[in-house]
Amino acid sequence: MKLTGKQYWRSLDQLAQSPRFLEWLHREFPAGASEWTSGSSRRQMLKLMAASFGLAGLTACRRPEERILPASSASEEMAPGVPLYYATIFTLGGVATGLLVESHDGRPTKIEGNPNHPSSLGGTSPYAQASVLSLYDPARSQRVLRNGRASSWEEFEKFAAEHFDPQRIGYGRGLRFLSESYNSPSLDAIREHILRRFPQAQWAEHDPLAQEQAAAGARLAFKDNLIPVYQFENADVVVSLDADFLGMDAPTMAAIRQFAKRRQLLEPGGAMNRLYAIESRHTMTGAAADHRLRLAPGAIRLFAETLARELGLAIPSSGAEPTLSEQARKWAAVLARDLNRNRGRALVLAGPRQPAEVHALTHWINQTLEAAGRTVVYRKPPASPPSITLAQLAGQMAAGQVETLVILGGNPAFTAPADLDFPALFGKVNHTIRLGLEEDETSAACRWHLPQAHFLESWGDGRALDGTASIQQPLIQPLFGGRTASELLALISGYKDRRGYDIVRNYWFSRWPAAQAEKIWRKALHDGVIPDTRFPEAKPSVDVTSVTTALRSAPPPAPARSDRLEAAFFPGWACWDGRFANNGWLQEAPEPMTRLTWDNAALLSPATAAELGLRDGDVVEIASSAGRAQMPVLVQPGHADHCISLSVGYGRNRCGPVGRNVGFDAYRLRSAQSPWIAGGITLRKTGARHKLALTQDHHSMEGRAIVLEAALAEWRQNPGLFQAAGHHTHESLALYKERTYETGYQWAMSIDLNACVGCGACVLACQAENNIPIVGKQQVLRGREMHWIRVDRYFEGPPEAPRAVTQPVNCMQCEDAPCENVCPVAATTHSPEGLNDMVYNRCVGTRYCSNNCPYKVRRFNFLNFHKDLSETGKMVFNPDVTVRMRGVMEKCTYCVQRIEEKRIQANREGRRAIRDGEIVTACQQACPAEAIVFGNMNDPASRVAQLRNSSRRYQLLAELNTKPRTTYLARVRNLNPELG
Amino acid sequence: MAQQVMDASAVLDAPLVMGKPSLAEVTSSVSGIVERKPPRAWYIAITVSGAFTLVLAAMLGYLVTTGVGVWGNNQPVGWAWDITNFVFWIGIGHAGTLISAILFLLRQRWRTSINRAAEAMTLFAVMCAGIYPLFHVGRPWRAYWLLPLPNADLGMWPNFKSPLLWDVFAVSTYATVSALFWYVGMIPDLATLRDRAKDKIRRFAYGLLSLGWRGSARHWRHYEMAYLLLAGLSTPLVVSVHSIVSFDFAVAVIPGWHTTIFPPYFVAGAIFSGFAMVVTLMVLARKVYRLEHLITLRHLDNMAKVMLATGMIVGYAYAVEFFTAFFSGNPFERFVFLNRATGPYAWAVWTMVFCNVVVPQIFWFQRARTSIPVLFVASILINVGMWFERFVIIVTSLHRDFLPSSWGYFRPTAVDVLTFMGSIGLFLTLFLLFVRFLPMIAMFEVKSMLASSHPHREAEK
Repeated sequence: MKLTGKQYWRSLDQLAQSPRFLEWLHREFPAGASEWTSGSSRRQMLKLMAASFGLAGLTACRRPEERILPASSASEEMAPGVPLYYATIFTLGGVATGLLVESHDGRPTKIEGNPNHPSSLGGTSPYAQASVLSLYDPARSQRVLRNGRASSWEEFEKFAAEHFDPQRIGYGRGLRFLSESYNSPSLDAIREHILRRFPQAQWAEHDPLAQEQAAAGARLAFKDNLIPVYQFENADVVVSLDADFLGMDAPTMAAIRQFAKRRQLLEPGGAMNRLYAIESRHTMTGAAADHRLRLAPGAIRLFAETLARELGLAIPSSGAEPTLSEQARKWAAVLARDLNRNRGRALVLAGPRQPAEVHALTHWINQTLEAAGRTVVYRKPPASPPSITLAQLAGQMAAGQVETLVILGGNPAFTAPADLDFPALFGKVNHTIRLGLEEDETSAACRWHLPQAHFLESWGDGRALDGTASIQQPLIQPLFGGRTASELLALISGYKDRRGYDIVRNYWFSRWPAAQAEKIWRKALHDGVIPDTRFPEAKPSVDVTSVTTALRSAPPPAPARSDRLEAAFFPGWACWDGRFANNGWLQEAPEPMTRLTWDNAALLSPATAAELGLRDGDVVEIASSAGRAQMPVLVQPGHADHCISLSVGYGRNRCGPVGRNVGFDAYRLRSAQSPWIAGGITLRKTGARHKLALTQDHHSMEGRAIVLEAALAEWRQNPGLFQAAGHHTHESLALYKERTYETGYQWAMSIDLNACVGCGACVLACQAENNIPIVGKQQVLRGREMHWIRVDRYFEGPPEAPRAVTQPVNCMQCEDAPCENVCPVAATTHSPEGLNDMVYNRCVGTRYCSNNCPYKVRRFNFLNFHKDLSETGKMVFNPDVTVRMRGVMEKCTYCVQRIEEKRIQANREGRRAIRDGEIVTACQQACPAEAIVFGNMNDPASRVAQLRNSSRRYQLLAELNTKPRTTYLARVRNLNPELG
Repeated sequence: MAQQVMDASAVLDAPLVMGKPSLAEVTSSVSGIVERKPPRAWYIAITVSGAFTLVLAAMLGYLVTTGVGVWGNNQPVGWAWDITNFVFWIGIGHAGTLISAILFLLRQRWRTSINRAAEAMTLFAVMCAGIYPLFHVGRPWRAYWLLPLPNADLGMWPNFKSPLLWDVFAVSTYATVSALFWYVGMIPDLATLRDRAKDKIRRFAYGLLSLGWRGSARHWRHYEMAYLLLAGLSTPLVVSVHSIVSFDFAVAVIPGWHTTIFPPYFVAGAIFSGFAMVVTLMVLARKVYRLEHLITLRHLDNMAKVMLATGMIVGYAYAVEFFTAFFSGNPFERFVFLNRATGPYAWAVWTMVFCNVVVPQIFWFQRARTSIPVLFVASILINVGMWFERFVIIVTSLHRDFLPSSWGYFRPTAVDVLTFMGSIGLFLTLFLLFVRFLPMIAMFEVKSMLASSHPHREAEK
């Protein structure tokens, strides 16, 4: 923590003027207060009082020097203990999502979505939630390395001044830049400046998960770089072709909200959308779908063509149609009819794995269905500066044409397609300079490693999918001396601005009228969005010839067989492309459909596993055209036959201690030509076994009424269906007079199973908010994970093609809680507002409460899970929540700290009532689908009271008479009677 | 000692004290054990059990400093070997109290040669049992919060609705009363040892312990009254203590636990396992210390009959539980029993059934009831079976309850196993020390059974 004297004075100076400080001064030093007015004696006094300032905690202030603007209050004044919220953005996969970050005492502790931002609408992804932990990760790069030895920014600046002289460097003839995907206008400006200064230089972008095929498909169909922005809330029928748009392929979290909005019926009379999912792996989208068809990824193209033909499009025949199953052909016909019935309200989309032709085909289909402007809006981004592909760069490196390579972010040595053999090419480049968050595989191959600033420490900007731009403001000064990509490029290229703040600010000021610029800037910082920056809407028409030519020239792949499997590549659940491997929260958060933690596995169907003689945990060697890799297999019900699903990003070996050698590297199997779907895969049993830590071992509801589910038509016929379901409900036969809860606030929660897609953002939000520890793979194997909320996932129906349902389960806060009776020391009691209070300091840890909880929501600290915390690691804790010690039980508290915070606020504002929607629990706030609603059930106008009146509402295990305050809205599927 | 096989009538008519010893001979048989140097077997045994006791101490130290996580307990199986062992040890203790108190009130004179050792075994079993509730908690240094001590700061008592708190009362009452009963009962014999003591230390120690007993008529009158009262106090404890321990489970909502049959089922099981332990220990002790004339085959025969009877009750309870679960129609209950019989812990369940239902059936045969090897092996198998019964009840009910998403599996760690073996070590160490330093047979009670004590009666029947 570097604090120069300059910073010290400046921050104190700011504070010295504030009335609060003056009041403190008069109280503590009445004699000295009078001398305060004179400038020099003030400095003298401040020098003397340095010690007490230290004690007051002011020296711990690491707020950025520049003015950052909180979203939550008009002034930047920081009162200890009162958090401020700042708007910023988090960019992943080249798309920015707006966030509101909670800052306690000058350090960010919790991330929320920004309701103003079109990518978020209030919700967040698990990655956004967990990224605050990455900020404080001590394994992050903390130093500059030169040839593997510690160096400094000063040394690099000296080197750069000499090396990046335009003449000396041949005007960029051997200069190449390789960056991860980004979407930053100010960075674009620097890039253009660089290409002017070094005209021969070239820029390459590499993102292993970039949706290049989708972009290529749009270019194919429209002869233009258009971005389809799907308007799910306008769609009555959605067909997803291998597009996990509710899960790992989600274009934005807002897509989940828009889609869920059309499913959250309270009464049977409403209209509900319908989702068909055609996919190989059982994804969250497949779980949410009303109908699901499993097809190998290569076969989905044939399905798309068949569907298009049913819709009357002239698709050339490839001769491979008979390889499509009877069921799939029937589906195509039925879906075509349904789509036709819903013209203007229908949408077909394809996922990133599908080749460009399929994407082009879906654009053509959507045009036929009159989707443009209604269920999909095409936006035209500005032309991007010229760039080359990674493959081209690799070719140049191999030919020795690259002298200087500057790598900005990403981890290309790890993520590049295996057949490029990228790590070996570094030796052919004289000067390799790498800016990275971690000292990773790429840093090991480069001469210079420079620490990158985390997004929470950075000034920057970014665009949402539809082009809406936002300023990224830091919440804390770089903890480890990192700098942003913009700052590095500015340094190298002699850009007019050097600091990130100046770069961003001056860029945007140059775009606004001078008189209003300051005002717009402040509003943009406050709101988190810059108005009027959305890309213009385009009204394109599909170039049919181009599409049919592409289809003809790219024959569909041969169908998969057990000796010639297909592999589909997916982002790694915990690490995305590998960048989050050292994030323990993500590693321990179970993958929604497999419930796997701390590992990845090759997924395959039960039938294929049986055919190949494989069981869960058997290690196989997988061979593709690009290479070989070993990995354990995991059987997934509903997976398509003769194909495997691989998750990239795992198996990193140059990584912090948390993520090192966790999982298995699937990048080794990825080729540059077909990075998303690979055919001709073979599997060979190695005989080894690998223990897989799943948080849920049992996947069937065993006929129990846990997730209540019915067809929409059934519910319409019998609205009381869900209340009557379940086992033997009866009136209460209580011995004692039952307590009624008619007065005061009575907190309750409603979880809509039709909206929940199982993304797991709630799990991470709860972990961040409540200081929940991670326990590691060994402890997860023993069954001791600590998550207060979990998302259960059940499969129902035939094992080859089951339906999946997800159900978030947190403490039900039962009115008649079985846990309360059995605690011998009364460490768990009932509050007058209906909460089951867990009193940590009274708990001796008998664990009877956990044994007696039928929902198994209680978590015990079996060991000291907070051992060996780093100095920075401690900074992520939420100071409003106790950190529990070993031997103590803990569980969901309905975020009682937030309830109390709002109560205090309401009291301060003159004893007014707490309004509905003021108190938002962490899980509720993070949920992109708005599936979780918390509020006062005694307030008839509150949302939760309305939801409790819905005929979809039911209690989990109602027959036990626990009277849970958390109730569920049953799952309803809008079935197409033609598909049965 | 030759294996004596007797037919049924011979056993019933056999004298309770063989060989018509005189009063002095009885005294010297029993006191001699304490006064002589112990046999080599004793030294070997206490070295081994002492080592295990040290292991226990080490494991408990490790547990307290590191956390409950050193065991295999997890979510959902919050209780596993810890509470299994607790109930196991408490159950074992019940035989002693039954023999001492209930058989006393029922005037079953055959109890006299085994009651002292059985009562000692109860006390040591309760001590071993008490380790577990104390140490299984997450914060054992705060375990005293379960005691109802007036606390001005807290302003509240512990939660009396909780069965764990009832356990505190039940077990501490049991320990206190058993200790008193055992000690008071020993006073006349301690006085005998004091009177026979040759060296100063023994005379002082036994003198202190015998509280100035003179053996006068007045002393005897007080003694008889005290003993009777304590017997009366202990008798309900036989039923109540294990009933309360069973409430730990019966009061919970978990299927497999939530059943009213538990109190009588547990009490019967306790007596069953307790008698089995008494038989195991007595078979060994009578051989090593040549007490076959005092602890006769008739005694063993009677104990075997008790084991058969209680084993049948336990077997009946298994059947009734199973039937009730299916008859109830409650799918959760039905599943628990199906899971027990066919699920991942089926091996434990069938071991339990074999040891507790099948093995005691051998005691229908009088030859088996009076055969030392059969008694020894069967009693050990019964205790194994009873341990598994508690394990099955606790772990199989917890590992798969209402929500299948929470279903899990429990596997013990080395620390679990070593802690349990350590507690057996502690138990045996205490018992060996008891045998070494205290009169293991109630001499004066046995003497009151001899024909010479009752010239006008056929007292030996």
